[in-house]
Amino acid sequence: MARRKSITDRFADWLPRLVLAPSLLAVIVGVYLFIAWTGWISLSSSKMVPQYDFVGLEQYYRLWATPRWHTAVANLFIFSALFLTVTIAVGLLMAILLDQNIRAEGALRAIYLYPMALSFIVTGTAWKWILNPNLGIQKVVNGLGWESFVFNWITQPDFAIYTIVIAAVWQSSGFAMAIFLAGLRGIDNSVIKAAQIEGASLPRIYASIIVPMLRPAFLSVIVLLSYISIKNFDLVLAMTNGGPGSATEVPSTFMFSSVFRRNQMGVGAASAIMMLMTVAAIIVPYLYSELKEDRDGH
Amino acid sequence: MAIEYGSAARSRMIGRMMIYGGLIGLAGFYLMPLWVMVVTSLKPLDEIYGGSFIGVPKILTFEAWAKAWSQACIGTACTGLKPYFVNSLMMVIPAVLLSTGIGALNGYVLTKWRFRGSNLIFGLLLFGCFLPFQAVILPMAQVLGKLGLSGTIPGLVLVHTVYGICFTTLFFRNYFVTIPDELTKAAQIDGAGFFRIFFSIMLPAALPIIVVSCIWQFTQIWNDFLFGVSFTAGESSPVTVALNNVVNVTMGRKQYNVDMAAAMIAALPTLFVYVVAGRYFVRGLTAGAVKG
Repeated sequence: MARRKSITDRFADWLPRLVLAPSLLAVIVGVYLFIAWTGWISLSSSKMVPQYDFVGLEQYYRLWATPRWHTAVANLFIFSALFLTVTIAVGLLMAILLDQNIRAEGALRAIYLYPMALSFIVTGTAWKWILNPNLGIQKVVNGLGWESFVFNWITQPDFAIYTIVIAAVWQSSGFAMAIFLAGLRGIDNSVIKAAQIEGASLPRIYASIIVPMLRPAFLSVIVLLSYISIKNFDLVLAMTNGGPGSATEVPSTFMFSSVFRRNQMGVGAASAIMMLMTVAAIIVPYLYSELKEDRDGH
Repeated sequence: MAIEYGSAARSRMIGRMMIYGGLIGLAGFYLMPLWVMVVTSLKPLDEIYGGSFIGVPKILTFEAWAKAWSQACIGTACTGLKPYFVNSLMMVIPAVLLSTGIGALNGYVLTKWRFRGSNLIFGLLLFGCFLPFQAVILPMAQVLGKLGLSGTIPGLVLVHTVYGICFTTLFFRNYFVTIPDELTKAAQIDGAGFFRIFFSIMLPAALPIIVVSCIWQFTQIWNDFLFGVSFTAGESSPVTVALNNVVNVTMGRKQYNVDMAAAMIAALPTLFVYVVAGRYFVRGLTAGAVKG
């Protein structure tokens, strides 16, 4: 007695798929096809305009033979290592301090987090001014009587990258704080009570019981901050513009200047693919584990 | 006993003082740049070159704000930030509405109308949240050129909508998962169709996440620099690109007060949203980290 479905019924069956189709198409084209396209350009001899020939890995050889790229990669490592360590340390400290039944917790949290609402260009502009060796912080300290105090890192090739770390930590540590605080609030109070009855001191309880329980929060923070540091572009551009010289070049600024300033589209595409592979190596396992837990857990 | 109790109370008080001291010190660190920006923007240039950095202005003037808004030079055009601020508004409003609307529909389909492969589609969309945009700007520039949209505001709206869908879909999917399926099933039995259920059951329940999505998208798109600088030039730039150009003017005596006023102008819309709806902003931030 199987009746054929009417046309309207069949349309209703397909409607959800139809609704999703434009987004899927947009993402397949805008993300996956475009990645493949960039990959293709990275294997071509493109300079000023895209060429669709095939020269193998020549652009990648050229990329890795460029000293500026080596500077960029080294800077990315220095930046990420410091940025992650300091941001996590400061964020965790703020979260733990805020978790001690603090008065005006809401106001303090808002103060720690507002930099996240700002554009990196605004942050960069502000910090560039603060770190100005002639008129900024250095002058204030000099004025207080410490005449020999020098803080001109932003103009020193060997130190400029650290000034970008300072600004980036300022911008992002509130974010780490928010995630850690959410993690702390999820911990059962009875665990802490029990440890207190056993006679453990508060710092001890944090170090050996609570912080280990924050593992998922740590994972999220590490992954998201790594992503922020690879993507970091606006902040460098606003603070140092990759300089002095090419001292603060990072992969994202390298890619941008290769394509838009130096007419080396092929090298730029190759550097973009290197960035993408780094991000994918971090993000794909993370998303996979999150989705898998989702399916198993709930 | 009494002495012991007293010393315990004292050490507890010292501990509390250290906690508050640390919290207030940190608050100072976070507020300092904002303070410096505001006071610098309200000083005359001579006072700044005279060495006043962190102090309150001796002469209070809004001249730098007026200059940044309507006279500062971006390249050769001395129009101030005003037209670029308008560009950003014309870009951000349609892009936020489009990406939030589409994300709501997607989240609805992915939770209440699952079909074979819908999880895979969600995975494909999810990776888009973490795409380093450098990997797509070259083809995107080509395609925008072919569509006749390069260097235009509609072009930027398109780009921000496409890449915004990933995040908005994540928001709505994780929110709609918590709405019991029985609710939509019952409505279906009563004869309500796909869109009827969406508009009269899902959307009214989704108000908080709609706010989260709008705020997140507004902040992201307003603050974007990479797409703006890659796909526009001159008059069609968004305000972040114009701000960077104002600051990097190399001619003449550097007008730090105008720079800071310009930075404040570019920051005010997102700061305003943060102050008014900070709670929802935090939820958007943590949504990328905490799965629903």
